[in-house]
Amino acid sequence: MSVRVYVPGDSAACSVGADEVAARITEVAAAEGVTVEVIRNGSRGMLWLEPFVEIQTAAGRVGYGPVTVGDVEALIGSGLLEGAPHALGHGLVDEIPWLTRQHRVSFARVGLADPLDMDDYRRLGGLIGLRRALAIPVEEVAADILASGLRGRGGAGFPAGIKWRTVLEAPGDTKYVCCNADEGDSGTFADRMLMEGDPFTLLEGMTIAGTTVGASIGLIYVRSEYPAAIRTLRTAVDIARVDGWLGPDVLGSGRSFDIRIVEGAGSYVCGEETAMLESLEGKRGMVRPKPPIPALQGLFGHPTLVHNVLTLSAVPAILADGAAAYQGLGVDRSRGTQVFQLAGNIARGGIVELAFGVSLRELVEDFGGATYSGRPIRAVQVGGPLGAYLPEHALDVAMDYEALAAAGGMLGHGGVVVFDDTVDMAAQARFAMEFCAVESCGKCTPCRIGSTRGVEVIDKITAGIDPERNLVLLEELCETMTDGSLCAMGGLTPLPVRSAVAHFGEDFHPSTNGQGKR
Amino acid sequence: MVWKVSGQITSESAIRALEALPTHERLILPCLQAIQRAYGFVPDESVDVVAGFLNVSRAEVVGVLTYYHDLRRTPPPAVVVGVCVAEACQAAGVRSLIEQIEHDFSVTLGVGKASGPVEFAKVYCLGNCALGPAIMVNGRLVGRCDIGRVRAAVVDAQVVPR
Repeated sequence: MSVRVYVPGDSAACSVGADEVAARITEVAAAEGVTVEVIRNGSRGMLWLEPFVEIQTAAGRVGYGPVTVGDVEALIGSGLLEGAPHALGHGLVDEIPWLTRQHRVSFARVGLADPLDMDDYRRLGGLIGLRRALAIPVEEVAADILASGLRGRGGAGFPAGIKWRTVLEAPGDTKYVCCNADEGDSGTFADRMLMEGDPFTLLEGMTIAGTTVGASIGLIYVRSEYPAAIRTLRTAVDIARVDGWLGPDVLGSGRSFDIRIVEGAGSYVCGEETAMLESLEGKRGMVRPKPPIPALQGLFGHPTLVHNVLTLSAVPAILADGAAAYQGLGVDRSRGTQVFQLAGNIARGGIVELAFGVSLRELVEDFGGATYSGRPIRAVQVGGPLGAYLPEHALDVAMDYEALAAAGGMLGHGGVVVFDDTVDMAAQARFAMEFCAVESCGKCTPCRIGSTRGVEVIDKITAGIDPERNLVLLEELCETMTDGSLCAMGGLTPLPVRSAVAHFGEDFHPSTNGQGKR
Repeated sequence: MVWKVSGQITSESAIRALEALPTHERLILPCLQAIQRAYGFVPDESVDVVAGFLNVSRAEVVGVLTYYHDLRRTPPPAVVVGVCVAEACQAAGVRSLIEQIEHDFSVTLGVGKASGPVEFAKVYCLGNCALGPAIMVNGRLVGRCDIGRVRAAVVDAQVVPR
């Protein structure tokens, strides 16, 4: 009898040696005369424990991590393959508090099995949502999505059900579903981990969306920085076609839906929905004015349902378990769960999926275990490079769309980046402007040119050149960018800049530049 | 992000690469990506080929070619290292790692500028934000980088043909 061993094939796990650990386990076990079956599962999301090795035992799966190649021989010698206790051991994985305290809906299956094993996908509840969607009228499916309270997880937070109804009712025979997998925000990796760790859930969510709104083609626009996700998705699409739930007759329903994977080419703005549509048409990723909204005139001028990976990945569970179950989670107008990503200088980084309403402090301190460096937290950036920097004393804010907006921040794609007390906030503000200058599509003058001027003004302030007047100038520039840009790139770059000035003003004084915090 | 460098650049071989594309990929960006997959970069000569193939102007092709960071107009060196310089990796110490890289390899980090057999480029987020600083070497992601891990990854890439 062989021992079943799980070693994640996720890119993050492989970036710290999971491939080598998997190979070494097979090698050492063979030398000991034990047959092992190594399964490359998705990551459980406990990234600080990667490579996280799990052993199937009679009592359940037992976890060890972080395991290095050098650890393997000694670990096997001390009973790894029997699930014996060890300094690197974490006991039964199903009982690890970091996981049991979460409420996983979109990430429910990630890490449990081989991401491309269709039998495992069915066994774990896959395709139930799609079957139900195909069995009821399309208007009812769209109504379910609306009733679930699901809002766009890409950052804008628009009610998904309204989009579905708009595309469903839009005239025209040709319609599209486009999945935005251009996850460019620093501090976010949930889309990638879902695509690598449970691609069928995304494909199922898209198929429900497509067959509901009357689209026959779905496109997933994946950033080129995610080569493993692209490979996994392409294989998953092939498997789904063979399995009969993608193609001319989805699960025998008579409805046709197929999915194409499109690779991006390194442009942050292409994560903005209209720029993504331009890029999908093969053009420069320039932002389009709205209206017309993509739901009515999107890809090649046809009605297009555009959603982020996490929005579509919530759909199968909503259909399978009912809108009420999803709507029952969360607070106020933020319903369901949010997949938070703990990143940066953090002791226990990774995926935390919870109902809306958890405080930022609980995420960063209880789940995240504060900083990796062991130094005090000074700032936390929520919502990617266009999100605000919050000071340590503001961490009690609740993590929902409205509460964060009221605190001067935004949820964005749910990324949480922690900085310790060595951070120079003037340098971070400068970087926000520099990033905008590099990545601006160039359509709006305030974004294209204002960002370069922003870098120069911040340089003057930190060099001590007329700092008071230049701070006023910086504020005026931020106002112009906010009010005069079509999309969030120019419109929200001022958010990190202004929050840095407001909360960490001492870093902008030349006398204390870079030292203000100590 | 992963480039394969192959042989002779001729308009015939460029057209073959384009004709292999399915109809729905016969758009400017996918055509340029196909050229880059074939040659490792987009040679100037291929601009006319793409324009002719799609019946669009050269200006439209060059517009797309110069817009996307991934598309390069010069042959790639043997090893291309993308160093993530975005916020999460900054929080994890990439600013000091960059200083060490620039010192050790005698380079200046830029966006897509070749300098010798190893090219270091700035990239903005590789999606490995809990295990930073992160780099990508010829398409392979490496996390929790210090200068030692960067050096080892570069050496590995030099011995493994891509």
